Amino acid sequence: MGDVKLVTKTIRTDVLIIGGGTAGCYAAIRLGEASVGRILLVEKANIRRSGCLAAGVNALNAYISKGHVPRDYVEYARTDGEGIVREDLLLTMSERLNHVTEDLEKRGLVILKDEKGEYVTRGWRNVKINGENIKPLLAEGVEAQKKVEVLNHVNITDLKTKEVDGEKRVIGAVGFSVREPYVYEIQAEAVLMATGGAAGLYRPNNPGFSRHKMWYSPFNTGAGFAMGFEAGAEMTTFENRFVALRCKDTIAPTGTIAQGVGAKQVNARGEVYETTYGITTPQRIYGTVEENRKGNGPCYLDTKGITKTAEEDLLKAYLNMAPAQTLKWIESGKGPSDEGVEIEGTEPYVVGGHTASGFWVDTNRMTTIPGLFAAGDVAGGSPQKYVTGALAEGEIAAESIVRYLREKGRKKVAADFFSQEKAYARHFAAEDSGYTWQDLEEAMQKVMDEYAGGIATDYRYNESRLALAKEKIRGLQELIREAPAGDMFDLLHIYEVRERLTVCRILIEHLLARKETRWHIFGENADHPKKSEEFEIYVNSRLEKGKIQILRRPLVKGESYEHQDP
Amino acid sequence: MSIRIHKESCIGCGRCIEACPGNLIGLMEGKAKILIPEDCWGCTSCLKECPVGAVAYYLGADMGGRGAVMSIEKEKEIYHWKIHMPKGEIKVISVNRKNANQY
Ligand SMILES: Cc1cc2nc3c(=O)[nH]c(=O)nc-3n(C[C@H](O)[C@H](O)[C@H](O)COP(=O)(O)OP(=O)(O)OC[C@H]3O[C@@H](n4cnc5c(N)ncnc54)[C@H](O)[C@@H]3O)c2cc1C
Ligand code: SF4
Ligand code: SF4
Repeated sequence: MGDVKLVTKTIRTDVLIIGGGTAGCYAAIRLGEASVGRILLVEKANIRRSGCLAAGVNALNAYISKGHVPRDYVEYARTDGEGIVREDLLLTMSERLNHVTEDLEKRGLVILKDEKGEYVTRGWRNVKINGENIKPLLAEGVEAQKKVEVLNHVNITDLKTKEVDGEKRVIGAVGFSVREPYVYEIQAEAVLMATGGAAGLYRPNNPGFSRHKMWYSPFNTGAGFAMGFEAGAEMTTFENRFVALRCKDTIAPTGTIAQGVGAKQVNARGEVYETTYGITTPQRIYGTVEENRKGNGPCYLDTKGITKTAEEDLLKAYLNMAPAQTLKWIESGKGPSDEGVEIEGTEPYVVGGHTASGFWVDTNRMTTIPGLFAAGDVAGGSPQKYVTGALAEGEIAAESIVRYLREKGRKKVAADFFSQEKAYARHFAAEDSGYTWQDLEEAMQKVMDEYAGGIATDYRYNESRLALAKEKIRGLQELIREAPAGDMFDLLHIYEVRERLTVCRILIEHLLARKETRWHIFGENADHPKKSEEFEIYVNSRLEKGKIQILRRPLVKGESYEHQDP
Repeated sequence: MSIRIHKESCIGCGRCIEACPGNLIGLMEGKAKILIPEDCWGCTSCLKECPVGAVAYYLGADMGGRGAVMSIEKEKEIYHWKIHMPKGEIKVISVNRKNANQY
């Protein structure tokens, strides 16, 4: 369709970091300080504002305040995750939460302190900040590293692996510029995957014009999951989806209102229902869904009557993290002191920083493919990471990569050619099939919504529906291979849909495999509505000879874990 | 929800184009333009990067938008968020970036 002549550029580096978000930037800073040779950070947008931190964040959600120890955080995450978490990963992350927080402050992050100079916490795990400029601060840290080179606006699509020294190893990755007709073939000794989680799989709350007004970054499309899976890496716990409770329409956070001004969840009759269902995140959403189902909706956070000072503070707090909500309050002429804030559950996401989905890694954050590491929302087993946990994992992965590169007797990867150009060029050569990437994305979201437990079914699914979802997603996977592109921007979107479809396939298999309901809302298995002891295991998956294989792995207890054969 | 760029004030410096986490802004005839308005996440990165306040943020009608637009005027540590109401009234909320959130 498009008249685009591609040109291939080959780069050799020691370490390749894919994704310059929270975890990727922090790993780049630590690797830069460690002198391990050349480090290349590749980002699909620009590291200055890319990823989850683009809009700024409200608080640091993972911190260990005085009187608590890292083990407390492990226990909190284990309880919240109904036991399906990795103790080794949670502990090694928790031990670093405070030190990365202090480092952020040194880099210029504003953190609220009391008269004694101690951080002011909300609960025992939350630090109050002004998080509006957190990403530019990290980007400046990367730019100050002389050995780190940054390649912005380049989208990575596939990993390359090869038998080296009798084992299958990662030897690089390929991608393309989202603007110019350049293909990048990057050869590396070690690769860190830091592409974040996956949004846009399900039909979103606002399916029309404001389709990208969603909670998680719509530009994190699950690329890392997809490339890792295709390359043979093992994945874990995808079925532990994440759903957030948000302000209606603007999808702005609700915690700031609930905890900030103590607003209770009430139904249309003004009855407080949070006391009936509980106040963990899934319980808050479950209560809201149930009240709506019973015909008691809409549901609200009851802010009516808060003081004008509290209202002013809320207007400002939202400008720092979800400005749409402030605009909505002002535009409608009704602030939170005048009326309650309507709430809803979002569509499901696959996010390893909130729940436990992602790459199956060892304690060093190495995946099951030697030389390939993972950190942040793309890495599984360790929920409740948030910003500081992503930084901690970036740092752990960086240290592990340094050790890996210095291992004695490790053979270097010989130069290779990946010949990727053809795979991209076929989309420019494709005849207009009548199906654009936009059509296919919409079709995928509809399938997932209706058949794989989206908003339409109150997050419920069963085997019959999932079987249909599987068949339909497969059909869309065939169509996306033939989707036509007019320019590099189209090609980006085609690959984003391709990645999402792969993530949907993995997710469906995981939902089918866990024959129980462990995490209300995150997964409502209508065939098996109760929790079962038989499923006190990890559900893992990997691609073997083109087929998705499910592996049941026993829970990992203790402080370290090395990869074991299935 | 999305953004619009005020052609008269845009100086074509390209900062918003660099910053958008979705690569959504392009340069046309020396002025910035949003390529796919429906794909905007509403993160306000482009508003914060623009040196002349040429980017305006608005809510889609499907989110309750009724014609107001919001832009940022920067003054040292302060962001003056200006909300232009449809009937011409302007409301300003000033946020000092050195102050932490109270909530
Ligand atoms: C709206 C929102 C608000 C949040 N608020 C808070 C909060 O208040 N407190 C808190 O502690 N946590 C918060 N979190 C969670 C926290 O921000 C994330 O868990 C954390 O930032 C994840 O880091 P990451 O590095 O894994 O992902 P990201 O920071 O998103 O980085 C992923 C990067 O990879 C890039 N990328 C993706 N695919 C490719 C590809 N194929 N090729 C090249 N690059 C690619 C992306 O552009 C992005 O820059 C929030 C999250 C969101 C979405
Ligand atoms: S608000 Fe964010 S997503 Fe939308 S155009 Fe601006 S920078 Fe891009
Ligand atoms: S940052 Fe502002 S002035 Fe510069 S190109 Fe964008 S809209 Fe125009």
